[in-house]
Amino acid sequence: MKIVVYIKHVPDTNEVKLDPVTNTLIRDGLPSIINHDDKSGIEAALRIKEQVGGDSTVTVVCMGPPQADVALREALAMGCDNAVLLSSREFGGSDTLATSTIVAAGVAKLDYDLVITGRQAIDGDTAQVGPQIAEHLGLPQVSYAEEVVEITNDYIVVKRQFEDRYHIIKVKLPCLITALAELAEPRYMSVAGIEKAYATDITVLDYEAMKDVLPLEKIGLNGSPTNVKRSFGKQAKGAGTVLADLTPDEAVQAIIAKLEEKYII
Amino acid sequence: MVNFKLSNELSLQQELYRKFAETELKPIAAEADETETFPMDVWKKVAKYGMLGIPFPAEYEGSGSNNLSYSICVEELSKQDASIGVSVSVHTSLCSTPIFMFGNEDQKKKYLCDLASGRKYGAFGLTEPNAGTDASGQQSKAVKDGDNYILNGAKIFITNSAFADTFVAFAMTDKSKGTKGISAFILEKGMEGFTVDKDIPRMGIRAASNCGLAFENVVVPEANLLGKEGRGFGIAMQTLDGGRIGIASQAVGIAQGAINETIKYVKERKQFGKRISQFQNTQFQLADMQTKVDAARLLVWRAACAKDAHENYSALAAMAKLAASEAASDVTRRCVQLFGGYGYSREYPVERMMRDAKITEIYEGTSEVQKMVISGSMQVK
Repeated sequence: MKIVVYIKHVPDTNEVKLDPVTNTLIRDGLPSIINHDDKSGIEAALRIKEQVGGDSTVTVVCMGPPQADVALREALAMGCDNAVLLSSREFGGSDTLATSTIVAAGVAKLDYDLVITGRQAIDGDTAQVGPQIAEHLGLPQVSYAEEVVEITNDYIVVKRQFEDRYHIIKVKLPCLITALAELAEPRYMSVAGIEKAYATDITVLDYEAMKDVLPLEKIGLNGSPTNVKRSFGKQAKGAGTVLADLTPDEAVQAIIAKLEEKYII
Repeated sequence: MVNFKLSNELSLQQELYRKFAETELKPIAAEADETETFPMDVWKKVAKYGMLGIPFPAEYEGSGSNNLSYSICVEELSKQDASIGVSVSVHTSLCSTPIFMFGNEDQKKKYLCDLASGRKYGAFGLTEPNAGTDASGQQSKAVKDGDNYILNGAKIFITNSAFADTFVAFAMTDKSKGTKGISAFILEKGMEGFTVDKDIPRMGIRAASNCGLAFENVVVPEANLLGKEGRGFGIAMQTLDGGRIGIASQAVGIAQGAINETIKYVKERKQFGKRISQFQNTQFQLADMQTKVDAARLLVWRAACAKDAHENYSALAAMAKLAASEAASDVTRRCVQLFGGYGYSREYPVERMMRDAKITEIYEGTSEVQKMVISGSMQVK
């Protein structure tokens, strides 16, 4: 089985420290890491490879500047077989749509039965790139995967997390799944794996290598319809209000009253 | 290492060792010390990720890295748990390395592959109840008997001995020849007449295994003679040269670990209405300590690089161990002082680090032995 994992190299937000004297963020030397959900995707891919056996391979793909090389080396050191870096000046400034366009073009150049991405990146939190890649490639997709229940050469059964329940979804290969951090606890690199990682050539695909399928107006800033209006941190949602023991009519009245109270209607 | 910066490979390996130690060792170190229990589950993970065969080539199932990486590994592990640090050091430097350097191809295939891959664990038996710094006074005897040697005697303070599978041990094959009558052997756990005693209660590195060995008419096949008969003393001395890089790295790790804990503490602890990090005494103490530790680390890295380059590194390793072990004892003692009463309590790790540091001035050659090696290399006689 040919598995492709798409990863993002992101600033380690866990390492953000407050200066105890000034109470400001210490930004100097903030290290970059493989995004947590993506690392879980790597682990899931490695386990599937080990389980299916044969000539299975895991190819890891990252889009980013040349410094993203270290993320690919880490993935190789965990046990991935091949690494591809999508890197070009023309790719800079891409939003999720332009990014997924580029990544899909890169993945299309590889052999794959299964594509795994992380659910979302800790620096953007959009959860859009994985599903968009699936759409570009015309693949069925299962997002929010928390467990691989079964895998064969023909299909995969995935437990998909949902707000108040889960779904068990069986999907034909090839397909794309987006991994939650809890899908698979990542292994450490191994010492020998790191040696091997630096002895492995990383394939670099730049704009020149993909321009046959990548119109300039679809990538980079030009291909990015998104305008960031405002950035904000995560807000706690709160527990919500539960209205129990109401008749359907009372429930309708209660909901309408709430909506009117909040000037929604 | 022209510019004192680690290569990309070594940086990533350092990240692995650090993360592994913080995740796996830090949570268990205090309890393992308290209960004097060797953390076998964690040890198996150390093996699994290739930390028991760092400097050996893939040909012998090693990790294919080098002695500098090994030194960084022992430092990072020892920052959190010096007991695991010394266990890796002894396994690698004192058991696997002499087999790699002096073993024949059969011995390497039979023993080194299992050790370097981490399937089996190693120990080293030189010290005897009456032969410590004067290792030439070996009282263990090996007498040739056909195709075998019959081994009798006792060893003491043998790290890893309770769980080791493979031992490199020394005995007199011809007492009349003095140091030229000492030979090295590869022993296996379970050989008839070979017993391992109970752990020796100790001041520090209490989670490590450290027992005495007894040999009572142990039949050792000639095939297990390591190097030539009568060359054992040289093998032991060269092995210890390498071991000193490991112990020096352990000492640097203990000292750096104590400094890191202390920096955290002094920024939180308030006295006289100020954080104690605001007092110049605290600042200057820590500046002084970090300078010592950095100096020691550079000496250790110099020795490791010289070993990797197959240069003569004996005196360099001795200097590294002398400087690092004395830095570790001094730094950990001063860290306890900066913590005050809490430093003396077992609630914080610095008292353990202070107890762990002392042994680095003693084993694998005391500080006095290091000075003999260094002054000898200076032709000061």
